[in-house]
Amino acid sequence: MNHATQATALFNYAVGLADDALTLGHRLSEWCSKGPFLEEDLALTNVALDFIGRARMLYTYAAAIENKGRNEDDIAYHRDCREYTNLLINELPVGDFADTMARQLLVDAFDVEFFTALTGSADETLAAIAAKTLKECRYHLRRSQDWVIRLGDGTAQSHERMQRGFDRVWGYSHELFAMNAAERGLADAGIAVDRAGLRSTWDQSVDAVLAEATLTRPAGDWSVQGGRDGIHTEHLGYLLAELQFVQRAYPGLQW
Amino acid sequence: MKEPSLPLFEIFVRSRRGLDHRHVGSLHAEDSAMALQYARDVYIRRGEGISIWVVRATDIVASQEDDVATFYDPMEDKPYRHATHYELPDEVGNM
Repeated sequence: MNHATQATALFNYAVGLADDALTLGHRLSEWCSKGPFLEEDLALTNVALDFIGRARMLYTYAAAIENKGRNEDDIAYHRDCREYTNLLINELPVGDFADTMARQLLVDAFDVEFFTALTGSADETLAAIAAKTLKECRYHLRRSQDWVIRLGDGTAQSHERMQRGFDRVWGYSHELFAMNAAERGLADAGIAVDRAGLRSTWDQSVDAVLAEATLTRPAGDWSVQGGRDGIHTEHLGYLLAELQFVQRAYPGLQW
Repeated sequence: MKEPSLPLFEIFVRSRRGLDHRHVGSLHAEDSAMALQYARDVYIRRGEGISIWVVRATDIVASQEDDVATFYDPMEDKPYRHATHYELPDEVGNM
Protein backbone atom coordinates (compact mmCIF):
# COMPACT_ATOMS: atom_id res chain seq x y z
CA MET A 1 0.00 0.00 0.00
CA ASN A 2 1.54 3.34 -0.98
CA HIS A 3 1.39 6.38 1.26
CA ALA A 4 -1.60 8.11 -0.38
CA THR A 5 -3.66 4.91 -0.52
CA GLN A 6 -2.92 4.24 3.13
CA ALA A 7 -3.93 7.79 4.12
CA THR A 8 -7.24 7.38 2.27
CA ALA A 9 -7.82 3.99 3.86
CA LEU A 10 -7.04 5.41 7.31
CA PHE A 11 -9.41 8.34 6.74
CA ASN A 12 -12.20 5.97 5.71
CA TYR A 13 -11.44 3.71 8.65
CA ALA A 14 -11.68 6.55 11.17
CA VAL A 15 -14.86 7.89 9.55
CA GLY A 16 -16.48 4.43 9.55
CA LEU A 17 -15.76 3.98 13.25
CA ALA A 18 -16.98 7.52 13.95
CA ASP A 19 -20.20 6.90 11.98
CA ASP A 20 -20.76 3.74 14.04
CA ALA A 21 -20.45 5.72 17.25
CA LEU A 22 -22.50 8.72 16.13
CA THR A 23 -25.46 6.77 14.78
CA LEU A 24 -25.67 4.54 17.85
CA GLY A 25 -25.13 7.50 20.17
CA HIS A 26 -27.97 9.31 18.42
CA ARG A 27 -30.24 6.29 18.75
CA LEU A 28 -29.53 6.04 22.48
CA SER A 29 -30.12 9.75 22.90
CA GLU A 30 -33.67 9.16 21.68
CA TRP A 31 -34.32 7.63 25.11
CA CYS A 32 -33.64 10.98 26.76
CA SER A 33 -36.73 11.92 28.80
CA LYS A 34 -38.41 8.65 27.74
CA GLY A 35 -36.47 6.17 29.88
CA PRO A 36 -38.41 3.65 31.94
CA PHE A 37 -37.55 5.61 35.09
CA LEU A 38 -35.41 8.58 36.03
CA GLU A 39 -32.21 6.75 37.00
CA GLU A 40 -32.18 4.61 33.85
CA ASP A 41 -32.96 7.66 31.75
CA LEU A 42 -29.82 9.37 33.08
CA ALA A 43 -27.73 6.24 32.64
CA LEU A 44 -28.82 5.73 29.02
CA THR A 45 -28.15 9.36 28.22
CA ASN A 46 -24.68 9.07 29.75
CA VAL A 47 -23.97 6.10 27.52
CA ALA A 48 -25.27 8.04 24.51
CA LEU A 49 -22.84 10.86 25.36
CA ASP A 50 -19.96 8.38 25.58
CA PHE A 51 -20.69 7.27 22.01
CA ILE A 52 -21.00 10.82 20.75
CA GLY A 53 -17.72 11.73 22.46
CA ARG A 54 -16.07 8.78 20.76
CA ALA A 55 -17.45 9.93 17.40
CA ARG A 56 -16.01 13.42 17.94
CA MET A 57 -12.50 12.13 18.62
CA LEU A 58 -12.60 9.97 15.49
CA TYR A 59 -14.07 12.66 13.21
CA THR A 60 -11.49 15.14 14.45
CA TYR A 61 -8.74 12.66 13.69
CA ALA A 62 -10.24 11.92 10.25
CA ALA A 63 -10.33 15.64 9.48
CA ALA A 64 -6.67 15.93 10.45
CA ILE A 65 -5.70 13.01 8.20
CA GLU A 66 -7.66 14.48 5.31
CA ASN A 67 -6.14 17.92 5.85
CA LYS A 68 -8.54 19.76 3.54
CA GLY A 69 -9.86 22.27 6.03
CA ARG A 70 -12.93 20.27 7.05
CA ASN A 71 -13.67 19.88 10.75
CA GLU A 72 -15.56 17.25 12.74
CA ASP A 73 -18.90 19.00 12.19
CA ASP A 74 -18.43 19.22 8.41
CA ILE A 75 -17.92 15.48 8.25
CA ALA A 76 -20.75 14.62 10.62
CA TYR A 77 -23.39 17.05 9.37
CA HIS A 78 -22.70 17.47 5.67
CA ARG A 79 -22.73 13.96 4.30
CA ASP A 80 -25.82 12.11 3.14
CA CYS A 81 -26.87 8.48 3.58
CA ARG A 82 -24.76 7.00 0.83
CA GLU A 83 -21.65 8.65 2.25
CA TYR A 84 -22.33 7.37 5.77
CA THR A 85 -20.45 4.13 6.34
CA ASN A 86 -21.68 2.97 9.74
CA LEU A 87 -22.47 -0.70 10.23
CA LEU A 88 -26.21 -1.27 9.93
CA ILE A 89 -26.67 -2.57 13.48
CA ASN A 90 -26.01 0.95 14.78
CA GLU A 91 -28.72 2.69 12.77
CA LEU A 92 -31.63 0.36 13.60
CA PRO A 93 -34.45 2.09 15.50
CA VAL A 94 -34.24 1.92 19.30
CA GLY A 95 -37.46 -0.12 19.45
CA ASP A 96 -38.52 -1.02 22.96
CA PHE A 97 -36.18 -1.30 25.94
CA ALA A 98 -35.48 -4.98 25.19
CA ASP A 99 -34.54 -4.16 21.58
CA THR A 100 -32.23 -1.44 22.85
CA MET A 101 -30.51 -3.75 25.32
CA ALA A 102 -30.23 -6.68 22.89
CA ARG A 103 -28.40 -4.52 20.35
CA GLN A 104 -26.36 -2.94 23.12
CA LEU A 105 -25.13 -6.29 24.43
CA LEU A 106 -24.00 -7.41 20.95
CA VAL A 107 -22.26 -4.10 20.26
CA ASP A 108 -20.77 -3.67 23.74
CA ALA A 109 -19.38 -7.23 23.80
CA PHE A 110 -17.84 -6.55 20.39
CA ASP A 111 -16.49 -3.13 21.37
CA VAL A 112 -14.64 -4.46 24.41
CA GLU A 113 -12.77 -6.94 22.20
CA PHE A 114 -12.33 -4.48 19.35
CA PHE A 115 -10.96 -1.56 21.35
CA THR A 116 -8.75 -3.83 23.43
CA ALA A 117 -7.15 -4.92 20.15
CA LEU A 118 -7.03 -1.34 18.82
CA THR A 119 -4.98 -0.16 21.81
CA GLY A 120 -2.15 -2.11 20.17
CA SER A 121 -2.51 -0.26 16.87
CA ALA A 122 0.62 0.97 15.13
CA ASP A 123 -1.25 4.26 14.71
CA GLU A 124 -0.67 6.16 17.95
CA THR A 125 -3.76 8.33 17.74
CA LEU A 126 -6.06 5.37 17.17
CA ALA A 127 -4.36 3.52 20.03
CA ALA A 128 -4.89 6.50 22.35
CA ILE A 129 -8.55 6.87 21.36
CA ALA A 130 -9.00 3.14 21.92
CA ALA A 131 -7.49 3.29 25.40
CA LYS A 132 -9.89 6.06 26.39
CA THR A 133 -12.87 4.34 24.79
CA LEU A 134 -12.16 0.93 26.28
CA LYS A 135 -12.92 2.02 29.84
CA GLU A 136 -16.33 3.25 28.73
CA CYS A 137 -17.02 0.07 26.75
CA ARG A 138 -16.36 -2.09 29.80
CA TYR A 139 -18.89 -0.09 31.75
CA HIS A 140 -21.43 -0.25 28.92
CA LEU A 141 -21.02 -4.02 28.75
CA ARG A 142 -21.58 -4.34 32.48
CA ARG A 143 -24.84 -2.49 32.09
CA SER A 144 -26.12 -4.34 29.05
CA GLN A 145 -25.17 -7.75 30.50
CA ASP A 146 -26.96 -6.87 33.67
CA TRP A 147 -30.16 -5.82 31.92
CA VAL A 148 -30.21 -8.77 29.51
CA ILE A 149 -29.85 -11.23 32.39
CA ARG A 150 -32.37 -9.37 34.53
CA LEU A 151 -35.01 -9.24 31.80
CA GLY A 152 -34.23 -12.59 30.16
CA ASP A 153 -34.38 -14.39 33.48
CA GLY A 154 -37.24 -12.21 34.72
CA THR A 155 -40.97 -12.53 34.14
CA ALA A 156 -42.59 -14.46 31.28
CA GLN A 157 -43.23 -11.20 29.46
CA SER A 158 -39.75 -9.73 29.94
CA HIS A 159 -38.22 -13.04 28.83
CA GLU A 160 -40.33 -13.14 25.69
CA ARG A 161 -39.57 -9.55 24.76
CA MET A 162 -35.85 -9.91 25.43
CA GLN A 163 -35.78 -12.99 23.20
CA ARG A 164 -37.68 -11.11 20.51
CA GLY A 165 -35.12 -8.30 20.74
CA PHE A 166 -32.29 -10.71 19.98
CA ASP A 167 -34.25 -12.44 17.20
CA ARG A 168 -34.78 -9.09 15.48
CA VAL A 169 -31.22 -7.80 15.66
CA TRP A 170 -29.25 -11.02 15.24
CA GLY A 171 -28.85 -10.90 11.44
CA TYR A 172 -27.17 -7.52 11.74
CA SER A 173 -24.45 -8.79 14.06
CA HIS A 174 -22.48 -10.62 11.36
CA GLU A 175 -21.44 -7.36 9.75
CA LEU A 176 -19.43 -6.54 12.88
CA PHE A 177 -16.87 -9.10 11.69
CA ALA A 178 -16.81 -8.23 7.97
CA MET A 179 -13.73 -6.56 6.48
CA ASN A 180 -13.25 -5.02 3.07
CA ALA A 181 -9.93 -4.98 1.20
CA ALA A 182 -8.88 -1.55 2.49
CA GLU A 183 -9.49 -2.51 6.11
CA ARG A 184 -7.69 -5.79 5.56
CA GLY A 185 -4.73 -3.81 4.19
CA LEU A 186 -4.67 -1.59 7.28
CA ALA A 187 -4.87 -4.65 9.50
CA ASP A 188 -1.88 -6.19 7.68
CA ALA A 189 -0.01 -2.94 8.38
CA GLY A 190 -0.80 -3.32 12.10
CA ILE A 191 -3.10 -0.29 12.13
CA ALA A 192 -6.60 -1.73 11.96
CA VAL A 193 -8.06 -4.55 14.01
CA ASP A 194 -8.65 -7.95 12.45
CA ARG A 195 -12.41 -7.99 13.10
CA ALA A 196 -12.89 -11.46 11.73
CA GLY A 197 -10.50 -12.75 14.39
CA LEU A 198 -12.71 -11.45 17.22
CA ARG A 199 -15.60 -13.73 16.35
CA SER A 200 -14.89 -16.68 18.63
CA THR A 201 -14.27 -14.57 21.74
CA TRP A 202 -17.42 -12.59 21.01
CA ASP A 203 -19.42 -15.80 20.52
CA GLN A 204 -18.29 -17.10 23.89
CA SER A 205 -18.96 -13.86 25.68
CA VAL A 206 -22.46 -13.40 24.20
CA ASP A 207 -23.37 -17.08 24.61
CA ALA A 208 -22.44 -16.95 28.30
CA VAL A 209 -24.78 -14.01 28.89
CA LEU A 210 -27.60 -15.57 26.86
CA ALA A 211 -27.27 -18.80 28.86
CA GLU A 212 -27.40 -17.00 32.18
CA ALA A 213 -30.38 -15.03 30.91
CA THR A 214 -32.11 -18.31 29.92
CA LEU A 215 -32.34 -16.99 26.37
CA THR A 216 -31.75 -18.90 23.15
CA ARG A 217 -29.13 -17.87 20.65
CA PRO A 218 -31.24 -17.05 17.57
CA ALA A 219 -31.23 -19.79 14.98
CA GLY A 220 -30.94 -19.24 11.26
CA ASP A 221 -28.21 -17.55 9.35
CA TRP A 222 -29.91 -14.52 7.85
CA SER A 223 -27.48 -11.70 7.49
CA VAL A 224 -27.81 -8.13 6.28
CA GLN A 225 -24.73 -6.15 5.30
CA GLY A 226 -23.74 -3.09 3.32
CA GLY A 227 -23.17 -0.27 5.80
CA ARG A 228 -19.48 0.22 5.04
CA ASP A 229 -20.40 0.60 1.34
CA GLY A 230 -23.06 3.21 2.11
CA ILE A 231 -25.93 0.79 1.45
CA HIS A 232 -28.27 1.38 4.37
CA THR A 233 -31.61 0.41 5.81
CA GLU A 234 -34.54 2.77 5.30
CA HIS A 235 -34.02 4.03 8.86
CA LEU A 236 -30.81 5.99 8.39
CA GLY A 237 -32.37 8.76 6.28
CA TYR A 238 -34.79 9.67 9.05
CA LEU A 239 -32.02 9.55 11.62
CA LEU A 240 -29.81 11.91 9.61
CA ALA A 241 -32.74 14.22 8.86
CA GLU A 242 -33.14 14.83 12.57
CA LEU A 243 -29.44 14.74 13.40
CA GLN A 244 -28.41 17.16 10.65
CA PHE A 245 -31.40 19.48 10.45
CA VAL A 246 -29.93 22.50 12.20
CA GLN A 247 -26.64 22.46 10.29
CA ARG A 248 -28.47 21.91 6.99
CA ALA A 249 -30.89 24.77 7.61
CA TYR A 250 -28.29 27.13 9.08
CA PRO A 251 -24.88 25.97 7.82
CA GLY A 252 -22.05 26.81 10.19
CA LEU A 253 -24.41 27.87 12.97
CA GLN A 254 -22.85 27.84 16.41
CA TRP A 255 -24.38 28.28 19.82
CA MET B 1 -45.28 5.88 36.93
CA LYS B 2 -47.86 3.11 37.00
CA GLU B 3 -45.51 0.44 38.31
CA PRO B 4 -44.88 0.32 42.06
CA SER B 5 -41.72 2.27 42.85
CA LEU B 6 -38.41 0.48 43.07
CA PRO B 7 -36.74 0.38 46.50
CA LEU B 8 -35.02 3.56 47.64
CA PHE B 9 -31.27 3.59 48.25
CA GLU B 10 -29.25 6.23 50.08
CA ILE B 11 -25.97 7.08 48.36
CA PHE B 12 -22.69 7.95 50.09
CA VAL B 13 -19.66 9.13 48.15
CA ARG B 14 -16.05 9.57 49.17
CA SER B 15 -14.34 12.24 47.11
CA ARG B 16 -10.77 11.93 45.87
CA ARG B 17 -9.41 14.07 48.71
CA GLY B 18 -12.03 13.14 51.23
CA LEU B 19 -11.50 10.91 54.22
CA ASP B 20 -15.02 9.74 54.76
CA HIS B 21 -18.11 8.94 52.78
CA ARG B 22 -20.71 11.67 52.72
CA HIS B 23 -24.38 11.38 52.05
CA VAL B 24 -25.10 12.87 48.63
CA GLY B 25 -28.67 11.84 47.98
CA SER B 26 -30.84 8.90 47.10
CA LEU B 27 -32.12 6.99 44.09
CA HIS B 28 -34.38 4.09 43.14
CA ALA B 29 -33.03 0.73 41.99
CA GLU B 30 -34.02 -2.91 41.91
CA ASP B 31 -31.11 -4.08 44.07
CA SER B 32 -27.82 -2.88 45.49
CA ALA B 33 -25.79 -3.80 42.39
CA MET B 34 -28.04 -1.71 40.20
CA ALA B 35 -28.04 1.09 42.76
CA LEU B 36 -24.24 1.19 42.58
CA GLN B 37 -24.32 1.55 38.80
CA TYR B 38 -26.94 4.28 38.89
CA ALA B 39 -25.03 6.09 41.64
CA ARG B 40 -22.13 6.32 39.21
CA ASP B 41 -24.34 7.89 36.55
CA VAL B 42 -26.33 10.14 38.84
CA TYR B 43 -23.79 11.35 41.39
CA ILE B 44 -20.18 10.99 40.19
CA ARG B 45 -20.31 11.63 36.45
CA ARG B 46 -18.28 14.79 36.89
CA GLY B 47 -15.58 13.03 38.88
CA GLU B 48 -17.05 13.83 42.29
CA GLY B 49 -15.83 10.65 43.92
CA ILE B 50 -13.75 7.51 43.89
CA SER B 51 -15.75 5.34 46.25
CA ILE B 52 -19.47 4.78 46.62
CA TRP B 53 -21.58 3.16 49.31
CA VAL B 54 -25.20 2.35 48.70
CA VAL B 55 -27.54 1.52 51.55
CA ARG B 56 -31.12 0.42 51.30
CA ALA B 57 -33.07 3.26 52.91
CA THR B 58 -35.20 0.84 54.90
CA ASP B 59 -32.03 -0.53 56.55
CA ILE B 60 -31.24 2.81 58.11
CA VAL B 61 -32.44 3.23 61.68
CA ALA B 62 -32.73 6.90 62.55
CA SER B 63 -33.20 8.70 65.82
CA GLN B 64 -36.50 10.47 66.21
CA GLU B 65 -37.46 14.00 67.06
CA ASP B 66 -38.88 12.76 70.39
CA ASP B 67 -35.50 11.36 71.37
CA VAL B 68 -33.88 14.77 71.72
CA ALA B 69 -34.59 15.14 75.41
CA THR B 70 -33.20 11.76 76.46
CA PHE B 71 -30.51 11.32 73.82
CA TYR B 72 -28.81 14.68 73.39
CA ASP B 73 -29.72 17.23 76.02
CA PRO B 74 -27.89 15.52 78.92
CA MET B 75 -24.53 15.96 77.13
CA GLU B 76 -24.60 19.71 77.15
CA ASP B 77 -23.48 20.26 80.75
CA LYS B 78 -20.60 17.75 80.72
CA PRO B 79 -17.67 19.72 79.27
CA TYR B 80 -15.17 17.24 80.73
CA ARG B 81 -16.23 14.84 78.00
CA HIS B 82 -14.72 17.10 75.37
CA ALA B 83 -11.04 16.52 74.75
CA THR B 84 -10.46 20.23 74.19
CA HIS B 85 -7.51 20.57 76.58
CA TYR B 86 -5.26 18.10 74.82
CA GLU B 87 -2.78 19.29 72.25
CA LEU B 88 -2.54 16.86 69.38
CA PRO B 89 0.96 16.13 68.09
CA ASP B 90 1.22 16.73 64.33
CA GLU B 91 2.20 13.10 63.73
CA VAL B 92 -1.28 11.97 64.70
CA GLY B 93 -2.58 13.42 61.45
CA ASN B 94 -6.29 13.32 60.90
CA MET B 95 -8.37 12.61 63.93
